[in-house]
Amino acid sequence: MSLLSPEPGLLFWMMLSFGIVLFVLAKYGFPIILKMVDTRHDYIEESLRSARKAQEELARVKETGEALLANTRKEQAMILKETTRKNDILIEQAREEARLEAEKIIVAARDQIHAEKEEAIRSIRNEVSRLSVDLAERILREKLVTNEDQMGMIDRLLDEIEISKS
Amino acid sequence: MRKTWHIQGLLAAIILLLLAPPLSADNSSASPGEELNVKDFILEHLADSYEWHIVGFGKQDITVPLPVILHSKTSGWHFYLSSRFHPGEDPYEGFHIATKGKYKGKIVETEASGNETRPLDLSLTKNAASLLFASLLLILIIMGVARSLKRNPLESKKGFTGIMEMFIMSIHDEVIKPSVGDDYKRYAPFLLTVFFFIFTNNLLGLIPLFPGGANVTGNIAVTMVLAVATFLVVNLSGSKAYYRDILWPDVPTWLKVPVPLMPLIEIVGTLTKPFALMVRLFANIMAGHSIVLGLTILIFITVSLGSTINASMTVISVIFTVFIDFVELLIAYIQAYVFTLLSAVFIGQARITSHGSKPAAQETKTTFMKDKL
Repeated sequence: MSLLSPEPGLLFWMMLSFGIVLFVLAKYGFPIILKMVDTRHDYIEESLRSARKAQEELARVKETGEALLANTRKEQAMILKETTRKNDILIEQAREEARLEAEKIIVAARDQIHAEKEEAIRSIRNEVSRLSVDLAERILREKLVTNEDQMGMIDRLLDEIEISKS
Repeated sequence: MRKTWHIQGLLAAIILLLLAPPLSADNSSASPGEELNVKDFILEHLADSYEWHIVGFGKQDITVPLPVILHSKTSGWHFYLSSRFHPGEDPYEGFHIATKGKYKGKIVETEASGNETRPLDLSLTKNAASLLFASLLLILIIMGVARSLKRNPLESKKGFTGIMEMFIMSIHDEVIKPSVGDDYKRYAPFLLTVFFFIFTNNLLGLIPLFPGGANVTGNIAVTMVLAVATFLVVNLSGSKAYYRDILWPDVPTWLKVPVPLMPLIEIVGTLTKPFALMVRLFANIMAGHSIVLGLTILIFITVSLGSTINASMTVISVIFTVFIDFVELLIAYIQAYVFTLLSAVFIGQARITSHGSKPAAQETKTTFMKDKL
């Protein structure tokens, strides 16, 4: 049966065409396609890897930033507290100082008032003695004409002194 | 706009296909007394021919003449177109196409003694022309894909290139890689070429219009070259362990020393593998073509049984032919797949390095695959 016996002519053409196809495709066709697909595969893998790495990097940076921020916030709170404390101390100190100063001023003022009072009393006393001497002179110049009056007043004065002395 | 053009083209093709059987039916019924010989009709369509018949209108046949290349022992080389031959006329340059006998349908030379002998016939027959056309098409497609990928390898492809890339990579990753084993990269181009060569020719054989329709992969010469190529690749890449298994297998010594019984069986085994590949592809594709032809011929056979039966059989025939064509589409893929898979497995078997655990695993895998097929 002719269907089962290979034709030499067709064998020749088949060898020729399959040979050419095999030569062209196995040398220039499929290796290039496989290589390009491999290249793309590698590229995608590489991209994924670097993306993952970048993500990790980002997460780490974020973590660091957060830690830094938390630290800073804590420090800020501490500084604030410290400042408040210092402030309080300062205010307290100032208050104390002011109190002391005020006390000092008050004492000085009291002393001065006392001194001035003494002075005033002294000057008043002087004035009074001067006035009393003047008065005494005037009284003496006008009224002490008669002996009796003179005598009587001296007596009275003496009496008074004696009373006050006794 | 473009879409409507497509639809119009599709409709025109369908109408042409629907019109084609009645035209042919007229043709065959117009010549009374000439009984339709089913066996000859199918065998003629399965066999090769020197001209490419496209379509027949009434008595007028439209054919593409193909070059005839002959070398005779007595008269040397001859080149001319097959249109020089006319049925029933005198031989041209001493050659004619035999109508009966051993060389029916082939060009024969009539010797002086009256004997018919076959010259060396390198004519570009229908199958050879279809083969060349498919080869050109395949080279254009694959080189186009390769160029497109090379131009911009980092961008994922869309459209035809994307589909072809997926197709190629599916064969590469799921057939070649697991079957060949470690150094699959060396054999991938050969196996991919085999796959796409068979697949392209199978598909073209399914198209009934001009550039296709030839029974190329259903011809034993074609599958023989493919099988020999696989045989050469398998046995030229055989490892030491592979040849040791063939020439000095692990069997009792009396099986191989006085009479080399086991080596003989093993050597026959290396030959039967490609032989099975050859016959499997040839028989599957030829059977597919035969079924389609047989279903189509139902229309012509039933012409004499009246128009009602003829019409209903026409409908049935078209439905069955469409169904079988879908099956054939599947077979076109499956046969290319099986040929590639088995070639890859044979290469993988020839690459074993020692009797370790890995070759054993491979062995069980291949026997499992053989059982399945």
